[in-house]
Amino acid sequence: MFDGLQERLQGVFRHLKGEGRVSEEVLKGALREIRMALLEADVNFRVVKSFVQRIGEQAEGQKVLESLTPDQQVIKIVRDELVSLLGEEGAELRLDGRPAVVLLCGLQGSGKTTTAGKLGLRLTQRDRHPLLVAGDLQRAAAVEQLVQVGAGVGVPVVVPEGAEDVVAVAERALSVARDRGHDVVLVDTAGRLHIDDELMAEIRRLAEALSPTETLFVADAMTGQDAVKSATEFAQALDLTGVILTKLDGDARGGAALSIRSVAKVPIRFVGTGEKAEDLESFHPDRMASRILGMGDVLSLIEKAEAGLDSDETERLAKRIASRDFNLEDLRDQLLQMRKLGPLSQVLQMLPKAGPLRGLDPSMVDESQLRQTEAIINSMTREERRRPQILNGSRRRRIARGSGTSVQKVNQLLKQYRAMKKMMKQMRGGWLQKTLKMKG
Amino acid sequence: MTTDETLEPAPAPSLPEPERKSFWKKLRRGLRMTHTEIFERFDAAVSGKAMVDDEVIEYLEESLIGADLGVETTMELIERLRGGVRPSEALDVLKLRERLVDEMAVLLLDAPQPRPQAEGPLVTLLVGVNGTGKTTSAAKLARRSLDRDERVLLAAADTFRAAAIEQLVLWGERLGVDVIRQHAGGDPAAVVFDALQAGRARRVDHLIVDTAGRLHNKEHLMAELAKIRRVIEREGEGWEQHTVLVIDATTGQNAVTQAREFTRAVDVDGVLLAKIDGTAKGGVAVAIARDLRLPILHLGVGEQPGDLVDFRPRDFATALLGPPSSSPVG
Repeated sequence: MFDGLQERLQGVFRHLKGEGRVSEEVLKGALREIRMALLEADVNFRVVKSFVQRIGEQAEGQKVLESLTPDQQVIKIVRDELVSLLGEEGAELRLDGRPAVVLLCGLQGSGKTTTAGKLGLRLTQRDRHPLLVAGDLQRAAAVEQLVQVGAGVGVPVVVPEGAEDVVAVAERALSVARDRGHDVVLVDTAGRLHIDDELMAEIRRLAEALSPTETLFVADAMTGQDAVKSATEFAQALDLTGVILTKLDGDARGGAALSIRSVAKVPIRFVGTGEKAEDLESFHPDRMASRILGMGDVLSLIEKAEAGLDSDETERLAKRIASRDFNLEDLRDQLLQMRKLGPLSQVLQMLPKAGPLRGLDPSMVDESQLRQTEAIINSMTREERRRPQILNGSRRRRIARGSGTSVQKVNQLLKQYRAMKKMMKQMRGGWLQKTLKMKG
Repeated sequence: MTTDETLEPAPAPSLPEPERKSFWKKLRRGLRMTHTEIFERFDAAVSGKAMVDDEVIEYLEESLIGADLGVETTMELIERLRGGVRPSEALDVLKLRERLVDEMAVLLLDAPQPRPQAEGPLVTLLVGVNGTGKTTSAAKLARRSLDRDERVLLAAADTFRAAAIEQLVLWGERLGVDVIRQHAGGDPAAVVFDALQAGRARRVDHLIVDTAGRLHNKEHLMAELAKIRRVIEREGEGWEQHTVLVIDATTGQNAVTQAREFTRAVDVDGVLLAKIDGTAKGGVAVAIARDLRLPILHLGVGEQPGDLVDFRPRDFATALLGPPSSSPVG
């Protein structure tokens, strides 16, 4: 796997620790690492070039060279610049007109049909009455796919009749919408290559006939250097109003987001985060920046935690964990809460790899181990959980029997608990706070 | 000099002239946009220079990274290139380009090449992330086998995506090939089981299995795929078994991760690089060959069933870099 920017920069600045000041040469090295990190994240090389140049200028302006924590400062500059380039938070669809028309376009396999269904569901949940239009007359069974997707989210679909071309279907859909009181028409289209003149002309005709309020370019987050080219061509052919980035539930860094944003000059509005119809979220530039830089998605984790957990309980726990008398009872509650977040390996993937979790392989965390830990703690008396120091040999033997484990396992847990307590003590001193502060 | 003269003769028994021509037409069409754009720039930068200096290297670096070769592969290629150039040597763009083709072909050839197909029936399992073109590729592979007068059977083991079964059935109708299917939402391993039984009963030469797109970081979906593969291993006795990873040529460096994870789950034999008909660079294929020693088997160069060509490392490297902009593309 690629290293995140944080690790890369730590590498550059590490041998300077103690010197306090950074030479011109080291800054150059840092800029080189930034360049590499962005290229490995698939940001287009031209976009990277101008980006790194700007970072260099800013770094000089801000006197990074005299800073005591140059790595942190450089990261902050990079991240801030990236966030600002990625643009604003994803805005909801603008739906003027009766009906309002939303046109989806993009390359083959970017996820237009799936996204059409997701948008349909989102609009329905916001008390709109959308109508889907099957405008992909190229790919085998694409119409049938949209019909099934529409049925899945409870949105009716207008399909081509006879020898209708895509413009004819869409125009008929407009009148269907007016007749039946649908206020939004979502038009799915065939995937097309930006170099396919014939199909690009077709989608231009379609846009002219419909005058959509939203024309959205659907792009695969795994796209490489070519993202710049396709986004440019689509933006030239159509009046794009936004971008939807799909397949972000994969592990691609998603540098294409920056490339596309830079050349298409339109905001990224939504991101696709799964195969289910509800897996469509607003775009957050700060999270995307962290992702591109390989810094972990702490904010998504926090949001997930907030959605899945009892917030009072979380707050109470957070205080307990951070406090000096963190005990096994708190640990058990914490494990219970963590289980609610879903598979632990997924949770760990979202955390940054730097900091105290460095080197922790998510696949090493075993769910069954967790359940065993819970069983051990549950076999203790309340007193034992609150004051683990009273656990002598005979108590440990009893607990091992009660939980169906062994004394070794019990000892192991106690060891882990002590290590954790120590780690929390260190975290009180800073890492977590620092990480959280970076979101602001 | 035209490109054709720099090419090795085709390794396969020589194709009839019209086919060889159409192969080249397709590959040219596929990669045309790539080289004109990237290397015109490079040529412009280099022309008039006397030596390979830092600026030349930088342009070269950008050209390769711009073709999705990735940072590490690019650096390795440039290191190799530098090793062969004396600093005092006069710069010759053509020579530099030729050397680059050589080095790239070496990386691509380092990957173990596909086994020659044994006697007996073949089952090909198509795997990959969502939207790479597995179903279309299944149709293309079917068409190719039909052209060789083989009996072909398709298996619709993508029971998850809406209308994926219908899509493959439509292709089956167009090609005149039977499609083994069950209901949507069914167990894909069961479809594969049925297909192998049917294939045996009907004395099929080539069974092609289409599967649902899955992101390689989703454990349960990868486990499902491993199960499908196990069914093939268990039930496919006497069948030659191939697993082909379909990768979208517009994909960036994530394609390397895809290849790594799919190989881990189902022991991939090789890669089909789809959608190379765009400005798609497909340079990530070089990175995949280098990092994972996984051979590239075919290129998908269009939307028609006939738009599939065998991969030839040297030809691909040449086409990826393109002929010098000064010479006509014929």
